[in-house]
Amino acid sequence: MNTIAQTRVQEKTSLMTLLAVAIMGVGLITVAGHVQATTLHDAAHDVRHATGFPCH
Amino acid sequence: MMLHMTCAMQLAFPATNMFQKIVTSALIAGFGAGLLAAVLQFAFVQPVLLHAELFEGGDLVHFGSSVTLAQPDIAGDFDLVRNGLSIAFSALIYVGYALFLITTMIAAQERGHDLSVKAGLVWGVAGFGAVQMAPAFGLPPELPGMAAADVTDRQIWWFATVAATGIALWLIAFGKNWTMWGAAVILLAAPHIIGAPVPSTFTGPAPPELGAEFAARALGTGLVAWMTLGALTAYLWQSAPQEAS
Repeated sequence: MNTIAQTRVQEKTSLMTLLAVAIMGVGLITVAGHVQATTLHDAAHDVRHATGFPCH
Repeated sequence: MMLHMTCAMQLAFPATNMFQKIVTSALIAGFGAGLLAAVLQFAFVQPVLLHAELFEGGDLVHFGSSVTLAQPDIAGDFDLVRNGLSIAFSALIYVGYALFLITTMIAAQERGHDLSVKAGLVWGVAGFGAVQMAPAFGLPPELPGMAAADVTDRQIWWFATVAATGIALWLIAFGKNWTMWGAAVILLAAPHIIGAPVPSTFTGPAPPELGAEFAARALGTGLVAWMTLGALTAYLWQSAPQEAS
C-alpha cells in the first residue's frame, strides 16, 4: 500500500515538473522568436529569419 | 531572468533535484546547439541575408536597366552588436527548444522507451520536422523584403502547425494501433490542406535565386543544429545522476 501511494505522489510531481519545464520552453521560444515588440524584434531579427520564424 | 524563474520554480515544486537536473541538461544542450546554429548561420545564411538586404534597401536592383551581378562585393565590417545579439538569441531559442524537447523525451522514457544518444539523433530529426520543416512547407524561411501575409495570422498558423506535427510524430512513434496512426496522418496533413496565410501580392525585391538559396540553407543549418540538440540533450540527460526510485 505504502509503495503504491509513494509511486503515485512521485508520478504527480514528475508531471508537474515536466509541465513547468515545457511551459518555460514554449515561453522562451515565444519571447525570443515571436513577440513583435520593436526592441525584441530588431535584436532577434537575423536569427528569426534564419530560423524560419514568421518575422514582421 | 532564467535564474529567477529557476529559483521561483524550485520553491513551487518539491521535486527540486529532478527539476534542477532537467533544466541543467536542457540549458547546456540548448546553449551548445544554439552556438553551433549561430556559427552555421554566420557562415552560410547571413551572407545571403545581407545580400538580400541590399535589394531590400534599394542599393541593388533586380530587373532594372542594368544587369544584376550575382556576386557583388558585400564583405562589410563585422557588426559586433548585431552578430552578438544573433548569438544570444540563437542560444535562447535553442534553450527553449531543449526545455520542451527534454520533457517529451522524459515522458517517453517514463513510458518505457529507451533513450540513447542514437535515439536522441532521431528525436532531433523529429524536432526539426515539427518546428522547422513542417511550418516551412507553408511559410518558407523569409528572405528580408519578401512579401508575406499578416504577421499575427502567420504566427497562429506557425504555432498550430508545430503543435499538430509534433503530436502527429509522437503518435507515429509511440502509437499502438491504426486509429492513432490514422489520426497522425490527418494531423500532419491538416495544416497544409487548410493552407498557410499567403500575401495578396508579390513585392519581394530580391532575386528568386537568393530566396531559394536562403530557404535551403536555413533548413539545412536547422537540421544540423536540431540533430546536435537531440543527441546532446539525450546524452546529458542520460549522464545526469538519476534518483533511485
